[in-house]
Amino acid sequence: MIEVKDISKSFGEQKVLKNISTKFEKGKTNLIIGQSGSGKTVLMKCCIGLFDVDEGEINFDTRCFSGLKEKDKKETRKEMGVLFQGGALFDSFTVEENIMFPLNMFTKQTFEEKLNRVNDVLSHVNLVNANSKFPAELSGGMIKRVAIARAIAMNPMYLFCDEPNSGLDPKTAEVIDELISELTHKFDMTTVINTHDMNSVLQIGQKIAFINKGELWWEGDNKDILKTDNKELNEFVFATELTRRIKR
Amino acid sequence: MGFLREAGDYVSLMIETFKRPDKGRVFRRQLIIDFHALGVDSIGIVVFISLFTGGIIAMQMAYNIDNPLVPLYLVGYTTKQMMILEISPTIMSLILAGKVGSSIASEIGTMRVTEQIDALKVMGINPANYLILPKITAAMLFFPVLVVFSISVGLAGGLLAVIITGSVTPTDFIDGLRAWWQPFDIFYALIKTVVFAFIIASVSGYKGYTVQGGSVEVGRASTKAVVASSILIIIFDLILTQMLLT
Repeated sequence: MIEVKDISKSFGEQKVLKNISTKFEKGKTNLIIGQSGSGKTVLMKCCIGLFDVDEGEINFDTRCFSGLKEKDKKETRKEMGVLFQGGALFDSFTVEENIMFPLNMFTKQTFEEKLNRVNDVLSHVNLVNANSKFPAELSGGMIKRVAIARAIAMNPMYLFCDEPNSGLDPKTAEVIDELISELTHKFDMTTVINTHDMNSVLQIGQKIAFINKGELWWEGDNKDILKTDNKELNEFVFATELTRRIKR
Repeated sequence: MGFLREAGDYVSLMIETFKRPDKGRVFRRQLIIDFHALGVDSIGIVVFISLFTGGIIAMQMAYNIDNPLVPLYLVGYTTKQMMILEISPTIMSLILAGKVGSSIASEIGTMRVTEQIDALKVMGINPANYLILPKITAAMLFFPVLVVFSISVGLAGGLLAVIITGSVTPTDFIDGLRAWWQPFDIFYALIKTVVFAFIIASVSGYKGYTVQGGSVEVGRASTKAVVASSILIIIFDLILTQMLLT
């Protein structure tokens, strides 16, 4: 479980996060939703330690992560897997080398053991015979799958996904959603997904935190969200004709 | 104030860079890749420019020493001194600042804007150490080799030029190369090269690492890396010459 306690974050004069408190639960797909510029990416970057919080704390189970010095964050980071928006695969490495990279850095496994692990995680994301391909040779959906495979290679306890569906067609986006959800339940991870894709919200939103103007505006799940009378949330979620029809 | 802040950021980045690598084996692998990318791949341009520069200097010296009282072996001597003291260490470093510096800045800058550096950081890896240290090490170890290569090829170019033009006999030219030989001159050239190599790799690494934005900013960072490296090379050339030769 990840507990966010009263965190605030400013950039210069602009206060981006205002006293946000929430819990991301273990074994669930926890979604952070909100309009562009609402602060959801900053919240996620605070959680993974790319930004330091100004006030408050972020606890990974019993450990206060936000209070640690950079060198002490290393151990907790080894338990995290992060899927970046664009995949963030290393261009000069093949798929196999990308996934093997954290294993090379942090384990003493033999090459055969690492290769087995690479093939194992690639099979989890339904991607086979892609070991020798370079990122430039992959489609958008394949890049996301490889990035997920790399993120789970070290058996993380916490999985963070930043806009996993951005730039994907609806069918591939659904496949990626299902994949993340399946892996979360299979490996009992605490998964935090940053999204504004309403299909994801309705499909895999077991816990949803709606951020508006830097504040936590609403919390619930994908069933509650259809019934809520929260004005700002309704304006955001049911902004399109399709979602309005679903609600009706 | 902007300059001071940037200098402070550069020093902070260098402190991060010069930490012990997370894994020695991975560092050595990266070092070999950078030896190839920054050093071996530069041999062609170094040979081409040195060969022609050596030839041009020899021809210009022969043209200027048009006095029967001045011995002709001075053509070889001045070509040697110019190649060793200035052309090979400084001019080659300026050329390498353009070739290697822009390559380092754009590679690391692209990694920054595509979140690859963030990915390294959240994996628990020190990105500055992983990306910049092997490049600085490779440049500081391989650029002196390139400069020795440049001196040799430049002198061969000079000899070739005097043979082709017939302005000085090869014997006079070779006598000039042998005249007043001081090993310290080579040492001076290598010291300068190591300092310039550090400037090129570290400044370019810094410019790439601190990019914010997209592809336009990566291009700007690449240009800034070359300009800043070139200016610093010239400034340090003056400082090192004052320190070592006077």
